[in-house]
This record gives sequence, C-alpha cells and structure tokens, in this order.
Amino acid sequence: MMTPSPALLEVKGLKAFVESTEILHGIDLGVSPHEVVAFIGPSGCGKSTFLRCLNRLHEETPGGRAEGRVSLEGQDIYAVGTDPVRIRRRIGMVFQKPNPFPSMSIFENVASGLRLNRIAKGIELEARVEAALREAALWNEVKDKLDASGMSLSGGQQQRLCIARALAVKPPVLLMDEPTSALDPVSTAKIEELVIQLKKETTILMVTHNMQQAARISDRTAFFLYGDLVEYGPTTKVFTTPSDRRTEEYITGRFG
Amino acid sequence: MKDIPVEKNLVDLYFRRTLYGFAVLAFLLLGGMFAFLIDLGLPAFREVGPANLLSLEWNPPLKSFGILPFIYGTLVSSLLALLFSTPVSIAAALFLTEIAPRRIGALFGFLVEMLAAIPSVVYGLWGLFVVIPWLRTSVEPFLRDRFGFIPLFSGPIYGVGMLAAGLILAIMITPTMTAICKEVFHAVPRSLKEGVLALGSTRAEMLWIGVVSSSRSGILGGMILGLSRALGETMAVTMVIGNTAEISMSLFAPHQTMASAVASEVAEATGVHLSALGVVGLVLLLISGFLFLFLRLALKNGGHSK
Amino acid sequence: MNWRHWLNRLFIFGVCSLALIALVPLFSVLFYVISHGASSLTPGFFTSLPAPVGEIGGGIGHAILGSVVLISMCSLISIPLGLGMGILLSEYSQKPVSRVLGVVVELLSSIPSIVVGLFAYALVVRPFRGFSAHAGAIALSMIMIPLVARTTEEMLKLVPRSVREAGLALGLPKARVILNIVFMGSMRSLTVGVILAVARIAGETAPLLFTAFASQHWFQGLSEPLASIPVQIYTYAVSPYEDWHAKAWGGALILILMVLGLNLLIRVFLPRRKDG
Repeated sequence: MMTPSPALLEVKGLKAFVESTEILHGIDLGVSPHEVVAFIGPSGCGKSTFLRCLNRLHEETPGGRAEGRVSLEGQDIYAVGTDPVRIRRRIGMVFQKPNPFPSMSIFENVASGLRLNRIAKGIELEARVEAALREAALWNEVKDKLDASGMSLSGGQQQRLCIARALAVKPPVLLMDEPTSALDPVSTAKIEELVIQLKKETTILMVTHNMQQAARISDRTAFFLYGDLVEYGPTTKVFTTPSDRRTEEYITGRFG
Repeated sequence: MKDIPVEKNLVDLYFRRTLYGFAVLAFLLLGGMFAFLIDLGLPAFREVGPANLLSLEWNPPLKSFGILPFIYGTLVSSLLALLFSTPVSIAAALFLTEIAPRRIGALFGFLVEMLAAIPSVVYGLWGLFVVIPWLRTSVEPFLRDRFGFIPLFSGPIYGVGMLAAGLILAIMITPTMTAICKEVFHAVPRSLKEGVLALGSTRAEMLWIGVVSSSRSGILGGMILGLSRALGETMAVTMVIGNTAEISMSLFAPHQTMASAVASEVAEATGVHLSALGVVGLVLLLISGFLFLFLRLALKNGGHSK
Repeated sequence: MNWRHWLNRLFIFGVCSLALIALVPLFSVLFYVISHGASSLTPGFFTSLPAPVGEIGGGIGHAILGSVVLISMCSLISIPLGLGMGILLSEYSQKPVSRVLGVVVELLSSIPSIVVGLFAYALVVRPFRGFSAHAGAIALSMIMIPLVARTTEEMLKLVPRSVREAGLALGLPKARVILNIVFMGSMRSLTVGVILAVARIAGETAPLLFTAFASQHWFQGLSEPLASIPVQIYTYAVSPYEDWHAKAWGGALILILMVLGLNLLIRVFLPRRKDG
C-alpha cells in the first residue's frame, strides 16, 4: 500500500469509537492533491465514520471519539490544542441528504460560511457566492431567484446548493458522504460530472454505496470492511485486479 | 491558514460561560426559594413551637398557628377534584383518541386546551357568581335532603365551601389530566386493541379492557400530576372556599387550603403570623417537590410503558 | 347477545356525554364573562381611575397600565434568561450542567405560583419594607422563565441534527451555528412559545397579591405598589358592591379576550405559513 507523495492528507493509525465500541481499527491512508478518492464497502463498515473523522465531526456525535494522527499539509489536526473549527474551514463537507439551512435564502446559504466567519462582505461576498454557484453548476438555474428559500429547490438542486455552500470558503479538501444516495438518476449524473470538474479546484474524498460511481469518477478507491481498510489503490487496479480476495468478492457482488 | 482571518474560538467559550451563568442563576433561584422560605418560617418554629404549628386551631390573634386545617382543606379539596375530574378526563381522552372522527376530535382537543388558558381568577369570579348560587339553591339542598344522613352532606349550606372548591379545581385540572390520558391511550399498541376485538368483543369492551385497563399506571400518573396541580392552585380556590380555618366533615362547610391561606393573609400579616404563613408555604413547597420527585422516579422506572 | 349490544351503546353514549361535560365550563365561563362584562367596556373603563367607593363609574385604566408594566418588566427578565436556558438544555444536552438544569427547570415550573409569590415577598418586599412593582415582576419572572426555557428547548430540538452538522462542517464556531442557524431558523416557533408564555403570565394573580399588591392610582414608580388587571378583578369580585362586580366581569372580559385571543391567533394563523 504505497502512499502517494507529496501527501495532502496523511492518516496514521486512526481509530474511532462510539462510547466504548471501536468502529475503526487503525486506518493508514494518504491522499495527494487534486485526486478523487472513492470509499466503498458494505454499509456499517465505517467509511462514513472515517470521513467524519477527517474534519473532526465524528466527535460531535454523542459518545464519538477518535484516536490517531491525521495530518493536513503536514499539520496534525488531532494535535493537542488544535481548534476543530479551524480544521473544518479547510475541509468542506457535503452530506448524504441535502441540508440547506432552512431559514436562509439561496444566497444566504452559500454566503453563510463567508459571512458568519467574517471572511468576505459586500461586493466581494456577492462575487464569491456567484463563483461558488457557478462551480456547483447551479448558477444558471438560480440566478433569478437568489432570495428564494433554499428549501424551495428540488433535491438535486439542494444538493448542489450544499456543494456551492461548501465550495464558497475554498476548502483544499472536500468530503462527500454518499452525496447522490438521496437523488434521482439525472441529478446524480449532474453531481458526478461536477465532481470530475471540481478536481481542478480541490481534492475530493467521497463515500459511495454505488461501485459503478466509484469506478466512473475516482482516481483511487479504498475498500472498507468491518472497520478495516482492506484495499487501497488506483481505481482501475482495485476494480480489475484486486490484491485481496475479500475485495474481489465484494466488487463481483458475492456479498454486501 | 493564511487567507482566513481566524475568529478566535473564544466566542464559543464566552457563549458557553454565559449560558452556564444562566444555569447557575436557576440553581440559585431554586436554592434561594428554600432558603428564604425557611428563613421566613423559622421564627414561628422558635416562638410558638412545632406542637402549636401541628395543632387544629388557627387563630392568629390568640397566637394559635395550627396548620392542620389548611392541610386538611388542601387534601380534601384536591381529592374531591380528582374524583370529579378523573372520569371526565378519561372519557374526554377516549372520545378524543378512539371515538370522535378526526376533525371533531381535533376541535374538541383544542377546546379542552382552551379550558387551561382561562386564568384562575376568572374561574374564581365565575365560581363566585355562577357556580356558588347554583350549588346553594339547587345542588346542596338536594344532596342534603336525600343524603343528609351522611356527615359529608349535612350541616348548614353556605354555597362557598369545600364542594365549590373541589368542583372548580376539577375543572382546572381536567385539561392536564386529559392530555396525559390522551398520550397514554395513544401509546396502547394497535395490536392489543385488535386482539381484544378479534375475541368478539364489542367496541365498549375493547375500549374498557384494551385501552383503559391496560393504561392504568399511566392514568395514575396523570392523576398524580393533576393532584400536584390542584394542591397549589390558589386564586379560584381562595374565592370560593370560604376562607375559614376549620375542619368539618361537611362538604358544604367553608374551609381553607394552604394556598388560599397564604393568598388571603400574607398581605396583612406581621410577626409570628407572617412567619407561620411562611411555614405553610414551605410545607406546600415540600409537598409539591415530593410529588415532583415521585413522578420523575415513576417515569424513569415505568418508562417502558410509554 | 342483545344486552351486550345495548351495553355497548350505553357505554359509548356515556363516554361521549362525560366528554361533553368537560366543555360545559368553557362555554359557561365564556357566556357569563361576555354577557356580564360587555356592558362595562366603555371607553372610560379603559382610561379612567376607579371611582371612590359608593360612586358609580370610573374604570380600571390604572390596572391595565399596571399589567402592561408588569408584563414588560417580566418579559425583559424572562425572555433572555429563558431562551438562554433553553439553548443550554437543547444544544449542550450532554453536559452535566445541562442535565441538572433540566431537572431544576422542571421543578421550578411545578412549584405552585403562590409559593413563588411568597419567595418574592421574602426576597424583595420584606427587606425593602414595601410592596413594589419590582417584587411583582420578579415573582412573575420565576414563573415565566421555566415556561420559556422549556418551549425553547422543545422548539430547538425540532431542528434536525444535519443542519447543525452542516454549520459545523463549514467551520463555524458552535456558538455561531447555534445563534445564526439553529436559533434564527426557529424564530417563528420561538415567538409562538414566548407569546404563549406571556398569555399565561398575564392572568397570574396569586403571586401578585402581596408583591405588586394593588393600588388605586396610576403608575407611581417601580418601587411603589402597582395595580394589575387580575388583582383588580379579585378585589372587585370579593367586594360587596354591585357596580364593582360588573367591573370585575369587565376586567375578566379584557383578560379573556387577551389570553384566548393570543392563543387563537397563534393556533389559527401560524401553522399555515411554514416556509418563508
């Protein structure tokens, strides 16, 4: 399991717990810039938890706790005294179900990260909101109704709104936790296309329950099973000549 | 982290500390309540002693401060209220959940909730000028003529008195008890109701056996909550109970509850009299605190029934 | 089989009639308050002071003003404290402080209002040697704070966790997520909760009897006794004068219109417009 270099994100011996149950049993993994990494595996194998450890969101779940080393550009985000809030500004996240802020307009949703963190205001804010919406391929659909509620959009549009919201703060890493599982096929196709486009701007780590999706859009694939990282490598290799028997069984549909 | 001006995470810290400050204030208020009431009542303990306080005679000018008449009045009026309110609340909750069509049930539920929105003093006013004349001229003479041989229904008729207080209290606790019964009935599994019906039972038997009997512990919880409301209810009771510190078997006789004694006497009381009223308030606080703990523990242990 | 059929009918009929009995007081109260109170509601009733004993006329303007003052003072104290405690209960529910606070708030809201009044009496009236608006407002606040705290907790808990996580994932400090997203997003339901609490406080009488006490004058300062609608109703109701009884009904009508009006307004108008 070679770590590509220079690593943008470096995970060493990451363990995660809920109460006293160990969910991840020491994960090692590295990610280089401008890659799309897909995380596959049967449900409950810990891939979502892994993602949530990377922006320290796991510790916000009741009883959640993580151990180990995760470094972002050489800096350990679990080092004592590190403020998770600063980490999360560098690592964006898109969730399984679209979750726009219910009381905010489309504009306010995208602006929220910039505005509430006092990063931009006025004309600059407007420009960055527009840029983020363009990047998320949503601008043309919403430019005339920026003041409408975020909840008034369709599910697929809401998810792209959430992507725009995450992109607005320009995170070097974007985590996506099964971003298309709640969407119809057309919206899914749009988001997949978008992910490939976004590679130029950022690095994407995406959990997916859909192996075809992983094969289509990712550069590297990681296969999780029961809290262990079983296999990690270039997507073509993982899908054509997996080195672990369990990976092969999973991707050929023999279990899971 | 160059391009991001870091808003110091002190925001979180100060925010949390402020909220903790609020919490501490709440603890202080609760502690202060006990401390100040004890401080208010202590002189009575010292000057007249517990024997006097636990006597049957409340007569401030004669330095008699027995609070038993108030405890009696509180208990009997509250139990009377439970007696009246329980069947009505159970019926109202059954009607609401099982019998009425959905929209009528919703309207009915709304109206019962409105019953809780009417201020106590308005119930008192209505009790004074509507209920009491009715009791004095129709209900109580009727009861005395038919059942006068029972001590409860004997003695002179005033209108104001225990029966009036119990009746008004019953009206005031009905919304609370109905709400609890409604929740309890909702929690009865559909399979249980269907099981009873499948045995060839009528709808009435299903309601009685399947819904009401199987909810006994929940209904009891509702009754205790109703009781704790009735014990502390003040204004309406003060206006209709007759404000007389006596113990009499007759439901027609005027009485006094702990709450009504405090309400009607504190403003003009001084010295030991005031302090004795502080004792009354302290007893009321302890009783309501005890009922609160009891309900909480019962909820914790009987949590599975929900 | 036939007797079971009839028993069934009888039972259902019995349940329905008992249930309807529960509503008799509501309609009776409304009927009497409206029919006895309506004639008192002249413009002078709202704007003038009570007439001296024995004279017909006058109003309860001073009590209306007094209630407004008391409710405003109480709201000023209770709304921020109650909202803050509600936030602590809902957003930091894992913290021990929050758990203890949950029990304390529930206990506070189960204490009889007359005991709360007695506490305010011992805390303010006795040391400062006099009934005062301050004492009344403190007593009312002790009742309103737990009400606001509990509805706030309930309303904030309705906000899905995914919304909070979205905020955290943007790198917002928890305080900002709570205030700008969770709290602001629940503004409408929180307003409803606060208005219901005000409606409840507006009719409280017992804790005012010996804190704000009563007065026959216009507002004379926060350290002086202050009249209020509910206490005025009580005073008039237990008096021996016909004219005062009529005024008590008039006061009750004002109170009922206010309390039921606020309740109706909220239940009828607010649920309709959910998104906005």
